[in-house]
Amino acid sequence: MQHTISVVVENEFGVLSRVVGLFSGRGFNIDSLSVAPTMDESLSRITIVTRGDDAILEQISKQLNKLVDVIKVLDFSDGSAIEREMALIKVAAEDDSRAEVLRIVDIFRAKIVDVTPKSYTIEITGNPSKINAILDLLKPLGLKELVRTGAVAIGRGPKGWKG
Amino acid sequence: MKMNGARILLESLKREGVDLVFGYPGGTVINLYDELMNMREIRHILPRHEQGGTHAADGYARASGKVGVAIATSGPGATNTITGIATAYMDSIPMVIITGQVPTPLIGNDAFQEVDIIGITRPITKHSFLIRSAKDIPAIVQKAFYIARSGRPGPVLIDFPKDVQISQAEFKWPENVDIRGYKPNIEGHQRQIEKAVDMMLAARRPVMYVGGGVILANAAAELTDLARTMQIPVTTTLMGLGSFPESDPLSLKMLGMHGAYCANMAITHTDLVIAVGSRFDDRVTGKIATFAPHAKIIHIDVDPTSIRKNVRVDLPIVGDTRDVLAKMLEYAKNHPDKVAALHSAMEAWHEDISGWKEKHPIGYKASTSIIKPQYVIQKLRELSDDDAIMATDVGQHQMWVAQFFGFQLPRTLLTSGGLGTMGYGLPAAMGAQAAFPKRQVLCVCGDGGVQMNMQEMATLVQQRLPVKIIILNNNFLGMVRQWQELFFDKRYSQTCLELPMDFVKLAEAYGAKGLKADKPSEVERVLKEGLAHKGPVIMEFKIAREEKVLPMVPAGASLNEMVLNA
Repeated sequence: MQHTISVVVENEFGVLSRVVGLFSGRGFNIDSLSVAPTMDESLSRITIVTRGDDAILEQISKQLNKLVDVIKVLDFSDGSAIEREMALIKVAAEDDSRAEVLRIVDIFRAKIVDVTPKSYTIEITGNPSKINAILDLLKPLGLKELVRTGAVAIGRGPKGWKG
Repeated sequence: MKMNGARILLESLKREGVDLVFGYPGGTVINLYDELMNMREIRHILPRHEQGGTHAADGYARASGKVGVAIATSGPGATNTITGIATAYMDSIPMVIITGQVPTPLIGNDAFQEVDIIGITRPITKHSFLIRSAKDIPAIVQKAFYIARSGRPGPVLIDFPKDVQISQAEFKWPENVDIRGYKPNIEGHQRQIEKAVDMMLAARRPVMYVGGGVILANAAAELTDLARTMQIPVTTTLMGLGSFPESDPLSLKMLGMHGAYCANMAITHTDLVIAVGSRFDDRVTGKIATFAPHAKIIHIDVDPTSIRKNVRVDLPIVGDTRDVLAKMLEYAKNHPDKVAALHSAMEAWHEDISGWKEKHPIGYKASTSIIKPQYVIQKLRELSDDDAIMATDVGQHQMWVAQFFGFQLPRTLLTSGGLGTMGYGLPAAMGAQAAFPKRQVLCVCGDGGVQMNMQEMATLVQQRLPVKIIILNNNFLGMVRQWQELFFDKRYSQTCLELPMDFVKLAEAYGAKGLKADKPSEVERVLKEGLAHKGPVIMEFKIAREEKVLPMVPAGASLNEMVLNA
């Protein structure tokens, strides 16, 4: 099962390689990964979408916590977090399909950010499943390029992660 | 007062109580070595290979309980420490490794003798630091030692660029160490502890399964007291040997692949496993699905990742094993009636265990014509000091030591349990002897492994470290040969060492004493003469070439599927 984990880490060189190395060394999966500094500049936040059964997810969480540079592991079970991802999609758009692409963009509240006579480039933000849905519709029209950021997640409710 | 980075590092080591380091000089640590000449308080031992130095620091740490320190230069010096670091990592040994690094501006330029040692060692260190500024040195050294020895101990690497060694800064020792991402859980949860003892009091066939965590936490006394108070039998892993006296009637000796019949049968029939500082390694559990099939499992460990990694656990307790065992003991002693009831409820269990002990004790077929390795180990136990420290390599001889030496005290067995490193024994013994110059330090090896770090004979002689080396020579890589015999139709692919070595001459070439026994009748005389010698000695025993380590649970089989004679 897919699972989203946020890892708050020291914003220092080499920390990302420790986290990624842990996943590869122990055979854990990374479906997507995104990392950037937080409002506290000494901290970075890594969002990892992974998969595995309960035992594997428990090990992932424990192993991450064991790393000296990891300050906090936030494990988002279903519904406890808002998840968002952005994608840039370059899609073929000629003759008949130009109108169809626009209709799909409109339905998904996406944006056209670059236009040529033969293509549209679309920007879309949303839950990863929403991005998968628009891709399913655009695929038959001819995808030229796809770039996804990987999901980021934040817990629901009034509190920040520090509580 | 300002001083250079090299000096600051040495001052910091001094503050951490370091009085002995093992190291090898080179281009990027030459400044450090220059300062070392002014530092009378720190003894330096020069091995003949960085791997030897790193294993020596490990052996020092295991025998003494203190953090071992190894130094190497950048590039090949650093890469030579890797087997030593991995060995320490797998067995959770506290160690700090200091490697030289090329000057900061050259890092990443493929400079002479440059490697990314932090990157290379990342999966085999508990943590690592690159020093970027001389003013950071004291805090980094303090953190490195704290991380190395606290929680589940392990090796920590400090990479020390040459320009930082030269640059000047103020030496300021931090008052305390605080790492926000590192707070090991030392104190066990009281409710869980009480629940655990209640489960033990309710059990009818309990067994304690004890690993190296008890030795690392200096909890052998607490463990022994608890086991005796509750009269619960104790089996240990290889790493746990010495945590519970094997002469005690409650001892089941070692379990697992080459464990005692009674230990493996006890695990198969128990209704409650109390795992203390052990991690359910595959060499211990055999086929995981049939490990302790009728039992509930209590798992006590300082490292949360060890719990539920390999087996389901009914009651986890995260904490220092000494703290947890002491609290368990206190709770048990407050319920003497229940403890007495447990004693009588376990009568049948103790009878079963005695039966298993009698049915298949650890043993071997004696011979008057050819030296049996087990006989050498038994004689060695008889003739050596009670508090002798034993180091081994990896393979058949290691298992014979584990089965026949009869360990009574913690920190008396130095062996590479997790990584299984050949060539570990001799340098580890060297480190232990440096920690305890007056104690008897023994090293049992095979003729294969001993040649992997043979060069340290020179260090033993030079440093007057009187290690007693016992080579069980079968002219084979014995353990692999045993597998080939049992599972590969006796196809001895590359396991015969062919050239018969003369270890006596080799010892003499290094300036040490060499002795040799070809017949069983010579064993006692050689051991007596070797142990009585003041300096380092090699005692070579020509043993039965195709002797096997038995019993044996084939890899992937259940613990009750032991091969008892083959």
